Amino acid sequence: MKYRAKIEVSLKPGHSDPEGETTARLLKELGYAVQAVNVSKAYTVNLEAASLKEAKAKAEEMSRRLLANPTKDNYTITVEEQK
Amino acid sequence: MKREEIKTLIMRVGGTNCDAETQRAFRELGAQAETLHLNEVVKRRNLMDYNALVFPGGFAHGDYVRSGAIWARLVMAKLGKELKAFIDEGRPILGICNGFQVLVEEGLLPGFEGVSAYPEASLAPNIRGYQCRWVYLKNENRGNCIFTGKVPEGKVLRMPIAHGEGRFVLPKEKEGALLAKLYENDMVVFRYCDKNGVAAEEKYPVNPNGAFHDIAGICNREGTVFGMMPHPERAFYWWQQPDWTRQTQMTQYGDGKLIFESIVEHLAKRC
Repeated sequence: MKYRAKIEVSLKPGHSDPEGETTARLLKELGYAVQAVNVSKAYTVNLEAASLKEAKAKAEEMSRRLLANPTKDNYTITVEEQK
Repeated sequence: MKREEIKTLIMRVGGTNCDAETQRAFRELGAQAETLHLNEVVKRRNLMDYNALVFPGGFAHGDYVRSGAIWARLVMAKLGKELKAFIDEGRPILGICNGFQVLVEEGLLPGFEGVSAYPEASLAPNIRGYQCRWVYLKNENRGNCIFTGKVPEGKVLRMPIAHGEGRFVLPKEKEGALLAKLYENDMVVFRYCDKNGVAAEEKYPVNPNGAFHDIAGICNREGTVFGMMPHPERAFYWWQQPDWTRQTQMTQYGDGKLIFESIVEHLAKRC
């Protein structure tokens, strides 16, 4: 079966986000009432797995092994079957 | 072991760009140095033929995902067992800039309880983006780190940095306790400081990237695995220094030589 996993890697609270802070500052200068900007990274992974459960487990493993560094990153995963 | 018998491996992958200078530094000191691509090392299965291993600087795999992350995962997947044996035997491993990022992503540094399955620290994006300039570093190691054997404690060194992701961070919820552990085990090596050795206190520009506690380089508990963001191989010869045309008299070598000399001397004495 073919699945599509969307993995979003974002910073844990308390860690500096220089890109987000710079973007927020500029948006404020452009006149937007922006309080804060947080930058995250999104990966869309097309994969094959025997079941939805296995696809989720694989996406979880990929996140832990490579896509996120637990020191500073959180991640969220959503998996759906590819039609 | 005689100096000329010391065999150093400079590992590279696509995007590595400081391998030639690193190799030359070792050869200048009389040691053997060979540069090999990771795939070649995997093919030959010859990591244990070498006395020391270096992950040099560069932008391996385009710095995709996070700097050093892809190279680190590849090494652990393909050479994990050999690398652990290398460390267990106390053979030195040096990571410079991108190489430091690799050692952190591999779980070799800090390595509070030995090699960890997941990174225990991170070299996060700099507070003010990519920085390429000379900085000052203070050696705070009390003697554990074999890579600073030739550098007296408290000595201030000058070397260049060139990175966009070098802000050393620890997990926020336990950074105080982990910093204490770094000191307790004598794992702190270099901190960013001004030319008089006064700590940057995390303030830009003396601390160029916003690193926690101004940390520029750390080693493992055993002192045999060491990573640093600045480039000693770019501060090796006198003519690599930024002010050589303004000085009337220069020493033959720059401060970076001390790092390579420390490794070579350690190996020469050890074996």
